[in-house]
Amino acid sequence: MTGSNTPAEAIHAEVGHTPETPVRKFNINFGPQHPAAHGVLRLVLELDGEVVERVDPHIGLLHRGTEKLMEARPYAQTIPYFDRLDYVAPMNQEHAYVLALEKLMDVEVPIRGQLIRVLYSEIGRILNHLLNVTTQAMDVGALTPPLWGFEEREKLMVFYERASGARLHANYFRVGGVRQDLPPELIQDIADWCDHFPKVLDDIEGLITDNRIFKQRNVDIGVVTRDEALEWGFSGVMVRGSGIAWDLRRSQPYECYNEMEFDVPLGVHGDCYDRYLCRMQEMRESTRVMQQCCARLLKTPGPALSEDNKVAPPKRGEMKRSMEALIHHFKLFTEGYRPPAGEIYACVEAPKGEFGVYLVSDGTNRPYRCKIRAPGYPHLQAMDWMNRGHMLADVSAILGSLDIVFGEIDR
Amino acid sequence: MSWPATNDELAAFGQELVANGAGVFTGSHVAFGDLQLTAQMPQIAEALRLLRDTHGFHQLVDIAGVDYPERARRFEVVYHLLSMTKNRRIRLKVETDEDTPVPSVTSVFPNADWYEREAFDMYGIFFEGHPDLRRILTDYGFHGHPLRKDFPMTGYVEVRYDEELKRVVYEPVKAVEWRNWDFLSPWEGMEKGYAPLPGDEKSSLPAPETK
Repeated sequence: MTGSNTPAEAIHAEVGHTPETPVRKFNINFGPQHPAAHGVLRLVLELDGEVVERVDPHIGLLHRGTEKLMEARPYAQTIPYFDRLDYVAPMNQEHAYVLALEKLMDVEVPIRGQLIRVLYSEIGRILNHLLNVTTQAMDVGALTPPLWGFEEREKLMVFYERASGARLHANYFRVGGVRQDLPPELIQDIADWCDHFPKVLDDIEGLITDNRIFKQRNVDIGVVTRDEALEWGFSGVMVRGSGIAWDLRRSQPYECYNEMEFDVPLGVHGDCYDRYLCRMQEMRESTRVMQQCCARLLKTPGPALSEDNKVAPPKRGEMKRSMEALIHHFKLFTEGYRPPAGEIYACVEAPKGEFGVYLVSDGTNRPYRCKIRAPGYPHLQAMDWMNRGHMLADVSAILGSLDIVFGEIDR
Repeated sequence: MSWPATNDELAAFGQELVANGAGVFTGSHVAFGDLQLTAQMPQIAEALRLLRDTHGFHQLVDIAGVDYPERARRFEVVYHLLSMTKNRRIRLKVETDEDTPVPSVTSVFPNADWYEREAFDMYGIFFEGHPDLRRILTDYGFHGHPLRKDFPMTGYVEVRYDEELKRVVYEPVKAVEWRNWDFLSPWEGMEKGYAPLPGDEKSSLPAPETK
């Protein structure tokens, strides 16, 4: 049980005839400013010597009231808030939100729009895993992996920029598709990147996977059994690392994922090392999906955004000639669309796990309530029991393998 | 099981749950491909335990609070459950007000801990039997429950670093007034129940006499 901050009572013991010095457990603060805290996490650790007895995470230092702000804006203006949740893989969050709205309004997405979304969701997954895997290595002492990983992240962010105009806060997905179609040169460049990326992965793996220090710090650390993963509400790599074959892209497929060919890597022991291996393998599978998307995008012309002007704005050229298109544009950008009253839960397999959006619509142009289900929230909650009995140095290894980003946890 | 389930399958499953639930569920409803159940508020823990043990809903995905100030019992607590073996999702709702505590479900799903703390922090919903019902997302020493509909968007206090005192100070908000743009179309306001337009009352007056 978490809660009281009172230090534990001093232990008075006599061993033999010499009275032992009373030892008091002590509390230390890990964060909020700590390079291994992955953002603004404050952990209040209760230590017995170097052994962790209790962890009390204090979160909310990055709380911006996203859910409250969303209640005051039309639906289309709330999409950028999702970029700012998990800012490591922005488009995956937008995806869950537009899927919720599409389900609510029954909007069809053209196949090219679906392919672009899948392509960019997988780019997001690689962006996330590159950051996580390499910084996890940094948390346990390696300095080179982040440098190698960030080089590739930079290239991927350029792809974000070429599609949406922004490196991070893309605001690219729309109800009914994506903001803008991709030029063929960009698709070709992404396809070329996919061909060379496995080589980079081999390099990073050669650096980390068999590294003696990395293994000493991660193997058998932070073990999660199958039952624990279920009852603590884990998702994503946190359940797959424990050997549960559960991936929303396969189990509850959305978009065109069931037309894609990819495998779901599973861990065996459920420790930090297996989760690391899962993420490495997932990057290879994501690259496969991206290659399939690129190949199909080059062959599939067509609209990338729904042509239903009640939800998607008309083309600019059309607006110059058609009065109706102009009215649609005006209505969409002042009033916005109005989904029918009702409730919906939509989720995607974000890189960190199940990212869900629970949306309550009252029939107006703004969400009445939008609850964001961030995958990191239940994961961070498990810090307490996962760390008990581990050494202080293992805290950062476990935290690294949980894949925590504060944008989504604090919302 | 196949995904997504048809509405008929979900409706049949919902009715079966209500019929065999020994009175803990009060109704089921299928909309937009989601199955939603309502439950008796005092028996929410039994309801979740029943779903977990006999129907394979092993994961508590989320708990959300929702505020409807115009209702007698203003808060809804919404539980989202997932069954990986049956590949189904379910949504369970209970209602409560500002004073009546909801039984905590931490004994059924340990991860309800933080979700309930969040609902308490954001809405002031109390959970009975929760081991440690502290605020979680808001600032240390924060007053009020920000996601309530009657909590102002700008909040009550703002913080800044004071150069003279050399520390962060809390002050009442003196920002510009929050501008609430209402872009709802007035043309469709009448039949959908939005605010009537000025002059609408004249439509029921007798027509002026013409000469």
